[in-house]
Amino acid sequence: MKIMVCIKQVPHQDARLDVNGAGTWIQEENIKFEINPYDQNALEAALQLKDKEAGTEVVVVSIGPERVTQSLRTALGMGADRAVHVKDGAADGSDSLGTAKILAAVAKAESPDLIFAGFMSDDGNLAATGPMLATLLGIPHTTTAVSFQKNGAIQVERELEGGALEVVELNTPCLVTTQTGMNQVRYASLKGIMAAKKKPIDVKTVADLGLAGQVGADAAKIKIEKLYTPPKGQGAEILSGSVDEVVGKLVGKIKELGLL
Amino acid sequence: MPFRAPDYYAIEELLTDEERQVRDTTRRFVDEEFMPRIVESYRAGTFPNELIPRIAELGLFGPTLPEEYGCAGVSSVAYGLICQELERGDSGLRSFASVQSSLVMYPIWAFGSDEHKKSWLPRLAKGEAIGCFGLTEPDFGSNPSGMRTTARRADGGFVLDGVKRWITNGNLADVAVVWARLEDQIHGFLVETDRPGFTAEEMHGKLSLRASVTSELFLENVWIPAENHLPGSGRMKAPLSCLSNARYGISWGALGAAMSCYDTALEYAKGRVMFSRPIAGYQLVQRKLVEMITEITKGQLLALRLGRLKDAGKVRPEQISMAKMNNVSKALAIAREARDILGGNGIMDEYPIMRHMVNLETVNTYEGTEDVHRLIIGKDITGFDAFGA
Ligand SMILES: Cc1cc2nc3c(=O)[nH]c(=O)nc-3n(C[C@H](O)[C@H](O)[C@H](O)COP(=O)(O)OP(=O)(O)OC[C@H]3O[C@@H](n4cnc5c(N)ncnc54)[C@H](O)[C@@H]3O)c2cc1C
Repeated sequence: MKIMVCIKQVPHQDARLDVNGAGTWIQEENIKFEINPYDQNALEAALQLKDKEAGTEVVVVSIGPERVTQSLRTALGMGADRAVHVKDGAADGSDSLGTAKILAAVAKAESPDLIFAGFMSDDGNLAATGPMLATLLGIPHTTTAVSFQKNGAIQVERELEGGALEVVELNTPCLVTTQTGMNQVRYASLKGIMAAKKKPIDVKTVADLGLAGQVGADAAKIKIEKLYTPPKGQGAEILSGSVDEVVGKLVGKIKELGLL
Repeated sequence: MPFRAPDYYAIEELLTDEERQVRDTTRRFVDEEFMPRIVESYRAGTFPNELIPRIAELGLFGPTLPEEYGCAGVSSVAYGLICQELERGDSGLRSFASVQSSLVMYPIWAFGSDEHKKSWLPRLAKGEAIGCFGLTEPDFGSNPSGMRTTARRADGGFVLDGVKRWITNGNLADVAVVWARLEDQIHGFLVETDRPGFTAEEMHGKLSLRASVTSELFLENVWIPAENHLPGSGRMKAPLSCLSNARYGISWGALGAAMSCYDTALEYAKGRVMFSRPIAGYQLVQRKLVEMITEITKGQLLALRLGRLKDAGKVRPEQISMAKMNNVSKALAIAREARDILGGNGIMDEYPIMRHMVNLETVNTYEGTEDVHRLIIGKDITGFDAFGA
């Protein structure tokens, strides 16, 4: 069986984020990146399947600049077999659809039995790429998996509002997006890290995938107009006194402002 | 609060992918598996033995040694980063790994026979066997070449006699690398700890490095077969080269302890309001924090350059002395300042600072005291030996 795992490199959870000069994205210089946490669970799910089923191949795919190599090497160090890196300035500024098109082109070349992706990315929070990718490929998909089983077909438990769980079954090939916390993500052992140095990373351009002019900033249907930190709210007032006094003052304020 | 590694000079950029990954693996292990246990271990004065198989599984024992012995073969810089992260957890954890890697696996690899390497290294790498390093004696600390422990040839092997003190992991060890005088030269011997005449007694009452086992070893007519002699040893240079490796790791390790203290003090100072504002807003406190980050940054550059020299096979022991002397001494000063910034909270074990501070007192003494390294460098630059031999 062949599993493709889509991973995105995002700013590290502890990184200090500032808006860039143009006010369109964050300042990316000198910050630490990591594999999107949701994607880490996706990768772990794939590796667990590989541990169970001999002969399973795990291919990780990522789109992004040179620095993405680090995340791919991490994934290889954890146990993925090989990596595809779409490294091309022409992919920059792609919206979710552009990203999904690129991943679909890679998936067509790889024809995996199963595709894992994170439910959403920590930076964009759109949760769109996975479902779009499945739709472009014409394969079934499900989202927000919290547990996963394969007994012939694929069985997924997914999280719904209010703490309810839903169980769905899918036939392969299919795509599953994963929720954080669905599994305990392993770490790369030193031997794994050293072995990863010898594993192949296949570098591709947008043109290699036959997508010239179809992805990237110009083709994007969604553009970020402005990214900013909202100004601090003004006029907050802390009421003090005993509970009765505070309630009295609060009611007075509400009346004063004509909110009732 | 998660740890934010100080990196004022973008040193991250000077590391290879592999080095970063090794560091991140170690960091995660320390955060997720070690930190939840350390306070209890420290209070109890024990090492968390249950972590030994995990440390081994990740490949942190003998990480620079070659794959054929079950090791990972990472660079010296990666080894340094491992030490940094382990000691960010606790100097006792780093000591455990330093002893196993630099003082036990390294001499077996460098001075042992093929048989020694094949039989011991894979087991030591897997943590199935634990080792200790017996050089120091009650009356010979800074001057180990004066040691009294002897070996003599007998019954087709050797008989060892003597006392070793301050031996890390002595009571946990399956094998002791014992240094002894044989026909007036210092030789290394592998002594299985179940040999008749060998006893280890744990030293109690330590107020520093409490999460580490320290022992006294008594060798009373301990017979070992001839093949337990390390064939590549026979001069003081052999144990000193082990110490060079360990000291190199310590120069990184001390940075880890310093980083933990700095990070804790910085966050605390930003949140602690006294008089009219957070104490981080007062010049006197800023000065302390600025000195800490400056010394950490200088120490990082020292350690990294040293590691690159080591990987290129160009490092000299005197250069290692400089990094060990400087980084541990600065880390100790940083820990004391950090303790001050936390006020009363600084003495509580809820925060890591006091623990690092008292640990670093040991680290400043073992593997050559701060002044011994001064004398080593002094001799190197002036040509005069000031040891008083
Ligand atoms: C917790 C712990 C764990 C240890 N683990 C190990 C281990 O695993 N294996 C091992 O073999 N050893 C180990 N040691 C021993 C350690 O290496 C020694 O303590 C160290 O070498 C110093 O020796 P000493 O304690 O006898 O001090 P001393 O040598 O007596 O030094 C005392 C003071 O005198 C100063 N001094 C000494 N000579 C001179 C001189 N010529 N000029 C100026 N000043 C001088 C020193 O700088 C120091 O300030 C450990 C020690 C500790 C505390």
